[in-house]
Amino acid sequence: MIRPISKNALLLALVAMICVGLLSVLQQLTAPRIAEQRLASKMAILQDVLPAAAEQQLLDDCIAVIAPEWLGRASTQSIFRWREQGEVAAYVVETTAPDGYSGAIELMVAIAPDGTVLAARTLQHQETPGLGDKIELRKSDWMLSFNDQPVIESTLSRWAVRKDGGQFDQFTGATITPRAVVQAIKKAALYIQQHPELATQPTNCEAMQ
Amino acid sequence: MTQPYKELAIQGLWKNNPGLVQLLGLCPLLAVTNTVTNALGLGVATLLVLLGSNLVVSAVRNWVPNEIRIPIFVMIIATFVTAIQLLMNAFTYQLYLALGIFIPLIVTNCAIIGRAEAFASKNPLIPSAIDAVMMGLGFAFVLLVLGAMRELLGQGTLFDGAEALLGEWATVLRIEVFSLDHYFLLALLPPGAFIGMGLLIAGKNAIDQRQQQRQQTEKAEITRARVTGTIA
Repeated sequence: MIRPISKNALLLALVAMICVGLLSVLQQLTAPRIAEQRLASKMAILQDVLPAAAEQQLLDDCIAVIAPEWLGRASTQSIFRWREQGEVAAYVVETTAPDGYSGAIELMVAIAPDGTVLAARTLQHQETPGLGDKIELRKSDWMLSFNDQPVIESTLSRWAVRKDGGQFDQFTGATITPRAVVQAIKKAALYIQQHPELATQPTNCEAMQ
Repeated sequence: MTQPYKELAIQGLWKNNPGLVQLLGLCPLLAVTNTVTNALGLGVATLLVLLGSNLVVSAVRNWVPNEIRIPIFVMIIATFVTAIQLLMNAFTYQLYLALGIFIPLIVTNCAIIGRAEAFASKNPLIPSAIDAVMMGLGFAFVLLVLGAMRELLGQGTLFDGAEALLGEWATVLRIEVFSLDHYFLLALLPPGAFIGMGLLIAGKNAIDQRQQQRQQTEKAEITRARVTGTIA
């Protein structure tokens, strides 16, 4: 009675070991390629918001911050620094709009040290297809309306959707999504503007290889 | 094509279609069919997993004790799914992001364990491979039809975002049939998937019924012809 059971158990273990072995080999083989792909897609977005930036320098000069009241997320987010002649010329900030129509909207924003928004892109969202998803550049060029928009005392009130008296278009049938995005980008710009010490903070990103 | 292989093809593609008749694997089927591109990606991935698992299950069928066959089949399938996931992650990154959690969910696609248990564990390699390809094509076909229906009704395009699956050149595949200012959300969201699926099943049943009727009337005509024949 014991013998067939232990035989079956051994056979199962053997099959499991073969499967795990095969997958470990495959994982080893694909790991560099997967890391490359991940980096390339991040790099593509970085260069999209900050075309002047040279790849490696931007990736290396990165600080991890936790600033939920400014950047909308309780965990760490990366800020990449782009320097020209040693001085920080622009930041690329990962930020989150926590109040999208269906969950958080992840954004990437390039901001000059004085708080001027250079460009912004959506990284990830679950907004309604056809309504809220116009925040994707693939669907609509709405995100381009943030290009070179200063956030200073005199323009602060214009940082809102039209319905709230601001300068940014809302989408027909979807006001919550653009409102959330506009607020998140404004806050990120204010964060950069009011925290000049970010320029001198030592780099401490480990996640980005 | 010899007779048994032809029968396998008919079974997989039509008579016993995993999507339309067996109604297996509905979770990925309904969830990812909002565009043709996603449908094609998941269809190909499922086909590959099915082929791999059917081949291996058939190859080891004489060594696997009956009592532990199901856990062994599950391990084989899980291995193939993980392998496909790693490969997609490495080589079609955009599609990997688009299909997301539905690749690991192929493991739970009952069509695959169903074929392993019902066919591959009892048949030699070549019929098992053909069965896998036909069942996989049948499943992919349903995915594609449903995907095309929903994409067309929902946003008026076909092959939107195909470049994520096939590379840059595929942008030329994108067909804008008509331009919508507002998407038809019902088609794009899950309820549209259920309604579309229902219509497809109804359509298949209607075709089957009409065929049956035609066969019956043909038979009747033949009998009558013979009757007149005897009289004359």
